[in-house]
Amino acid sequence: MSLRASAKAAVLPLLLGACQYQQYQSDFGGAAVEDRQFLTLFWIFIAVCGVMYVLVIAFMLAGIARARRAEANVVETGRHHQSDPLMRSTLIGWTALIGVGLAALAIASFFTDRSMAKAATNEKLSVTVTGKQWWWDIQYNAADASKTLRTANELHLPVGVPTRILLQSSDVIHSFWVPSLAGKQDLIPGRANDITVVPTRVGIFRGPCAEFCGLQHAHMALVVVVEPYADFIKWWDHQLQPAPQPTTPLALAGYKYVTTGPCSACHAIGGTPANGQIAPDLTHLASRKSLAAGTMPMGEGQLYGWVEDPQSIKPGVNMPTIGLEPGQLHAVVAYLETLK
Amino acid sequence: MTDIRTDSFEAMPARERERVRVEEENRRLAQERKKIARDGPKLKGAKLAARLDLAWRRPPGIVGWLATVDHKEIGRRYILTALGFLVLGGIMALFMRLQLARPDNSMIGAERYNQLFSMHGSTMMFLFAVPVMEGVAVYIIPLMLGTRSTAFPRLNAFSYYMYLFGGLMLWIAFVLNMAPDVGWFEYTPLSGPQYSPGKHTDIWAQMVTYTEVAALAAAVVLVCTILKARAPGMTLARMPLFAWAMLVEGIMIIFAMPAVALVTTVLLIPDRLVGTQFFNAGEGGDALLFQHMFWFFGHPEVYIIFLPATGFVSVIVETFCRRPVFAHSVVVLALISTGILSFGLWVHHMFATGLPRVGYSFFTAASISVSIPTGLQIFCWLATMWEGKPRFQVPMLYVVGFIFTFVIGGLTGVILAAVPLDLQLHDTYFVVAHLHYVLIGGAVFPLLGIFTYWFPKITGRMMNERLGRVSFWLVFFGFHATFLPMHWSGMLGMPRRVYTYPAGLGLEVPNLISTVGAFVLAFGVVLFVVNGLVSLYRGAIAGPNPWGAASLEWATSSPPPVYNFEHIPVVESDTPLWDTDGELPVVSGLRVDQKEMLLTTVVAATPDVREPVPQPSLWPFISACAVGLVFAASIFSAWAVPFGLIPCGIALIAWFWPKEMKRHPEPIIS
Repeated sequence: MSLRASAKAAVLPLLLGACQYQQYQSDFGGAAVEDRQFLTLFWIFIAVCGVMYVLVIAFMLAGIARARRAEANVVETGRHHQSDPLMRSTLIGWTALIGVGLAALAIASFFTDRSMAKAATNEKLSVTVTGKQWWWDIQYNAADASKTLRTANELHLPVGVPTRILLQSSDVIHSFWVPSLAGKQDLIPGRANDITVVPTRVGIFRGPCAEFCGLQHAHMALVVVVEPYADFIKWWDHQLQPAPQPTTPLALAGYKYVTTGPCSACHAIGGTPANGQIAPDLTHLASRKSLAAGTMPMGEGQLYGWVEDPQSIKPGVNMPTIGLEPGQLHAVVAYLETLK
Repeated sequence: MTDIRTDSFEAMPARERERVRVEEENRRLAQERKKIARDGPKLKGAKLAARLDLAWRRPPGIVGWLATVDHKEIGRRYILTALGFLVLGGIMALFMRLQLARPDNSMIGAERYNQLFSMHGSTMMFLFAVPVMEGVAVYIIPLMLGTRSTAFPRLNAFSYYMYLFGGLMLWIAFVLNMAPDVGWFEYTPLSGPQYSPGKHTDIWAQMVTYTEVAALAAAVVLVCTILKARAPGMTLARMPLFAWAMLVEGIMIIFAMPAVALVTTVLLIPDRLVGTQFFNAGEGGDALLFQHMFWFFGHPEVYIIFLPATGFVSVIVETFCRRPVFAHSVVVLALISTGILSFGLWVHHMFATGLPRVGYSFFTAASISVSIPTGLQIFCWLATMWEGKPRFQVPMLYVVGFIFTFVIGGLTGVILAAVPLDLQLHDTYFVVAHLHYVLIGGAVFPLLGIFTYWFPKITGRMMNERLGRVSFWLVFFGFHATFLPMHWSGMLGMPRRVYTYPAGLGLEVPNLISTVGAFVLAFGVVLFVVNGLVSLYRGAIAGPNPWGAASLEWATSSPPPVYNFEHIPVVESDTPLWDTDGELPVVSGLRVDQKEMLLTTVVAATPDVREPVPQPSLWPFISACAVGLVFAASIFSAWAVPFGLIPCGIALIAWFWPKEMKRHPEPIIS
C-alpha cells in the first residue's frame, strides 16, 4: 500500500511536469507535423511493448505461484529431465507472437519514416544553420541576395510553411534538435545534412545541442520562434535593417568602443564598421529572447554580467573576459540595448 | 658384457633380432613408466592429493606471485580488480548525480564533469564490464568443464597484467588531471588534434588498446579451453550454458575488438601524433569513419557484456529451480544467433548522422530482430521456473530482478530501433535510462547473483543470506528510482553529457529523484561489499556443493585445490552431479609428478592428448611491462614504437624460447 502511495507521489509531479513544460522543450510538444508523427508512433510502440511486458511478468509470477502448489519436475522427484509437452507448443506460440509483434512495429516504423521523407521534399523556405563551439550561426537563404539574412542563436519559422534547414558544422559534430518540433539531425564537418519541419502551432521552443561538442555542450541552445507568416515576414524585413544609430551620449560612447575596440574583431554589427565573422552577429542582439546561445534570458542585468565576465558564466567560451572599466561597461551595455 | 651380448645378438637371424629389440624397448619403457607417477587405482586419496599439490603449487613469495599461471589466482585478481573499478566508476556516477541534483548547479565545473562522465563510461565499459565477465569465466570455466587448467595459462597471466596496467594508466592520468574529457566514445573531430589539445585523448586511446589486448588474450584462452579441455564425455550438446555463453562471447571478442583497437591506435593516435588526416574532412578524411569503426565494436560490446550474464542466469535458474533449463538447444541457438546478429546493428547508434534511408530500414529491422533470440531465452528461463520449484535465495532474487528490469531495457531498445523514434530519443536521458536498464539490469544484477552463488566455491564460505536480501532490495529499488525518471527527463528534452541544465524545463523533479535513487543504489552496493568482506571471515563453511547444483565445479572442494580435481571426471549427462549417486566416474592415467591436463576432441569430447601444462614464469609479466611501456611511451612520441619493439622482442623471445623436448613413454589411459 505504502509502495503504491509512494509510486503515486513520485509519478504525479512527473506527469504534471510533462504537461506544464511540454510547450517549451519536450517530445510531447507536438508543435510540428514531424513531432506529431513521432508521438503517434511512440504510443503505438508503448502499447505493443507494454502488452509484451505484462505477458512476461505475468508468466513469471504465474510460474512462481504455481511452483508453490504443484508437484514439479525437479531433481528431488527424479523427473527433472521431463518436460511438459504443452510447453513446447507454448514456446512456438511465443516465438510467433514476438515475430508478429515486432514485424508490426517494424512496418509501422517504416511507413512513418517514409511519410516523413515525403514531407521533406516540398520545402518553401531554406535556412542554413551552422554549428559552432558553442553557438548557432543562422542564415536565411533567399533568391534575392539582398534579402539574405544572417543572425545567430534564434530561429524564426512561419507556421504551416515547410522549411528545410540545411545543417553544417565548421568545427566538431553538433546535433540540431528542437524536441517540440522534430527529431534530431547531426551537423558534421564535411557533410551536408538537412531536416524539414512543418510547424503547426505558434509558440516559442527551445532546442539544446544533442551531440556532445566539448566543454560547453550544456550551454549551446537555440530558441525557435514559430509565428504567423505575416509576423515572420515583418521580422525578416526588420532584421535586414542595419543597426539603429545610438542617440544618447552613453550609447554613443558604447558604440565607439564596440566598433573600434576588441569586440569588432569577432562580432559584426550591420551598418557599422564592426565586421568580425567568427562570433555571433549582433545587429539585432537586443531583439533576441536569450543571450549566449540559450544560457540566459535577454535582459539588462544579464548583458552586464555577460559583457563583464563571460568566462565565469560560460567557462571556456571563446569570448574573453576583457576587464572593462565600469564606465566602459555601462556604455557598452547601453549601446547593446539599442540593438533592437 | 657388451661384447658377448653383441656377439650373440649379431649371431641371431634378422627376424629374431628384431623381436628381441622390440622386447627390449618395451621392457625399458615399462621400467620408465613405473618411475612416472600417475593417478589411478593405486594412487588415490591423501597420497594423490599430496603428489598433485607438489606438482601444481607455485613457488612462494613475490616472484611466485607474479609468475603464477594458476587460472584461479588470475581469475580472482581479475574479479577483484574489476570490482575495484566498479566502485571507482560508481563514485564518479555519484558525483555526477550530485551535480545534476539541482538545475544550474555549480558544484562541479564543466571541465571536471566532462572528465567524470568520460571516466565513468570508459571505466565501466573497458575496465569493469568486460574484464569482470572474463575474470569470472577464467576462474570458473576450467572447474565447470572438469579440467585442471586453462589453455595457454601464461597468455592468461599476460592478459591480466595488460588489463591492470591499462586501468592504472587511466586512473593515474585522472589523478594527474590528464583524464579523457570527450566521452567514452571520443568522436572525431572533437577528439582530433585541433579540438582536444593535451594528452587526455591519447591516454584514453591507449587505455583502450591495453584492455583490448587483454580481452583478446583472455578470449583466446577461454575459447581454446572450452573447445579442447572439457572432461571426457562432455559433448558440445552436454556443455553447460554458461560455457556456451562464454564460447560465443569469446568468438565475438575476437571479431569485434580489433575494430576499436584499430580505430584508436592505428588511426586516431597517428592523426594526433604524426599528422595523418584520417578523420579530417578538410583534407579528404571522414569524421564518420570513426563512428562506424567504433560502433562496429561498440554494439557487439553490449552483447559481449550481456551474453555471459545470460549464462549466469541459466546457471542460477537451473540450480534454484532444481531442473535443467528448458529447451537447452533453443538457448544455445539463441546465444549464437544473438552473437551473429549483434554485428549487423551498429548503425542504430548513428541514425542522426544522415545516412541513406534504405540503410536505416535495414538496420531498424536487424535491431528489432535481435530481440527474438533474447525473447526466446527469457521464455526458456520462465518455462524452467514454471516446471520446476524455484527456491528464492539471493541469487534467484537477482534473476527475478533481472527479468523485471532487463525486459524494460529490451523493450525501450525496440523503441530506439525505430528510426522516427530514435531521432527524437537519441542522445537524451531516455537512452541513458535504456542503456542502464540493459547493462545494470541485464548484466550487473546477474553478476551480483552469480557472485553470491559462486562466492562459497571461491572462498569456502557462504555469504550472509539476510544481508544479501537487504542489499538486493536496496539495489533493486535504488536502481529503478535512479533510472526510471530518466525516461521522463529524456522525453522532456534533456540531452546526454550536459554538466548542467536550466531551471524551468520540468527537469528538476526527475533529476532529484534520480540523485536520491543513485545513493540508495550505492548504499545497496556498499552493503553487498560489506557482506562479502564479513562473510569472507565469518561466513558459514560451505562444503563442496552448498546449493545442491549439478555442474562439475561443485564436484571438488570449496575452495578448490590448486590442481582443481584429484581425478578428471567423466560426464555422462548434462547434469552430472544430479545423475550420479555419490562418486562421479573418473579418468586415470594422468601424471601427478608433473603438471599435465587432458585434452579432448572438440565435438564428442573423447580423450585426445595429454598436454603438459606450463610452469609458472615471470616472462608474461615482463612482456606485459615491455608492451605496456611501448603503449604508454607512444602517447608522447612516435619513436617509442620502433625503439620499444626491442624490449618487447626480447621479452617475447625469452617467453617463447623453445624448451628441449624429452621423449616420454606414452601411458595407456583406461
